[in-house]
Amino acid sequence: MPDAFLPELLQPLVQALVQGTLLGGYYAIMAVGLSLMVGVVRFINLAHGDMAVLGALLVITLTQGLGLPIFAAILIMLPVMALAGYGMHALLFERAMRGGFLLPILVTIGLGAALQNSMFGLWGSNTRSLGADIGALSWASWTLPGGVLVGQLPVLVCLCAVLVIGSLHLVLRHTRLGRAIKATSTDAEAAELCGVDARRARRAASAIAVGLAALAGVFLAMRGQITPYSGPAQLIFAFEAVVIGGLGSVWGTLVGGIVLGISQSLGGLVSNQASLLTGHLVFLAVLLLRLFREWTAAHGGWRASVRAWTTLHRGRFARRKGEKA
Amino acid sequence: MSLFTVEDLTCRHGLLTAVQGIGMSLERGEVLCIIGANGAGKTTLLRSLAGVHPAALGRISLSGRDITGHRAHERVRGGIAMSPEGRRLFYDLTVRENLVIAAENGRKGDWTPARVLEVFPQLGPLVDQEAGKLSGGQRQAVAIGRALVTNPDVILLDEVSLGLSPAAVEGVYAALAEIRSRRDMAMIVVEQDLNRALGFADTILCMAEGRAALQGPPGTFSRARITAAYFGMQDEETADA
Repeated sequence: MPDAFLPELLQPLVQALVQGTLLGGYYAIMAVGLSLMVGVVRFINLAHGDMAVLGALLVITLTQGLGLPIFAAILIMLPVMALAGYGMHALLFERAMRGGFLLPILVTIGLGAALQNSMFGLWGSNTRSLGADIGALSWASWTLPGGVLVGQLPVLVCLCAVLVIGSLHLVLRHTRLGRAIKATSTDAEAAELCGVDARRARRAASAIAVGLAALAGVFLAMRGQITPYSGPAQLIFAFEAVVIGGLGSVWGTLVGGIVLGISQSLGGLVSNQASLLTGHLVFLAVLLLRLFREWTAAHGGWRASVRAWTTLHRGRFARRKGEKA
Repeated sequence: MSLFTVEDLTCRHGLLTAVQGIGMSLERGEVLCIIGANGAGKTTLLRSLAGVHPAALGRISLSGRDITGHRAHERVRGGIAMSPEGRRLFYDLTVRENLVIAAENGRKGDWTPARVLEVFPQLGPLVDQEAGKLSGGQRQAVAIGRALVTNPDVILLDEVSLGLSPAAVEGVYAALAEIRSRRDMAMIVVEQDLNRALGFADTILCMAEGRAALQGPPGTFSRARITAAYFGMQDEETADA
């Protein structure tokens, strides 16, 4: 329908931008835990997405199996998952970290596979959703001038993301635990010499990360359907948001999530298949740009780097010409 | 019973024995300076006393309590603090945050961030500045302050003057002299500057190849003997004996 407020041609674009921004909120909640793990604990948990799905399935069981209100179910699930994160770090991650850089990757791949198959054994392979438990919130939307639709659930999720990330920022900046976590992330040995139990700080960071992943899983199950094997795809989105926003940066994950969400929404204007592909391409572009910036910074700026590169290759070309001659 | 006792301490880096059979005993207010050439084992010894390097053999006790198996943060809460080599500040945090982290995780006592700023007045205008933007002398002051605010019974200071300008070294040692005058803690200082160490210490421990080559009050040894021990050579006095 033509609208005086927004030209008809621009309406899909604005719609995609709004949807992408709101989708970014979900990605940010998913990514901020991963960012905390990478930036603070220096540990890449490849089972992060599976933790999210586990959190969602626990809430589904509490609501649909035991009949608890969804809010109460989330309040029960979050400390349980946080405790699981704490325990997993104490029992598994710490040992894996002592075994070099490859072992944590192998351990978390194995953990992910074990979690997926355990969830399959316990909950079966059927798709499940929390959509029915939140009633009209799952589909209700507001219509903005120009006919732009804004889903109420995505707005709630995005607001929740800002709240979660803001709270995490405040905790890291202004609490004893937060300062201990930051000190440990900067220099664990120096933190120990200040009386900080670095091991406990890392475990606490793991607990927060797993709790946040589980919260993101709940929002995923509210937005759509999940299976025990939905985790790895969510891990990829979270990882992309972390890289786009900057490793270890709490607010950066919100920016990264929004950039990823907008990229996917804009790609979706072209075709359904292009949606995910555009997100991946933006991630790759940012990754290459960061690598290029690091490389040029290490070589005295981009002008000096280009000069050095051309000088090096001119020499090679000249040698090759000489060999041919 | 001494405040701080180390008996027959041995530390290893893999197969290499970096510290062997070191013993010491300190009382409150006493200063022990550890001297020795590069690679003598001074820093490994200090790291082992602080709990960041494991002891292979021997016993470390504080006020009669065996703390050999304690981790670094447990030792800090027990009363041992260390200002490590290279300062190791949290460079993206402010001076105030560096001090607060140590203060809230250490022991409660007279040493507070405010008192540290009295002893190191040069830090006063810099409290809200990131530690990474400080000069070498200012960083050293923060590192020492960070150890002090844990209210230790024993403070370990590694390479106090390394990389500092002469003026900065003077400033740091003036502050250390003031801290020492209160006689509320024992001090173990690793110092490369032989003259500075001899002038500041109640006892010196000269290390060579991980062992104690010389140990005792500095006045009891001739300069030639100290220099010989410092470089791991047999001196004429002991050779004759």
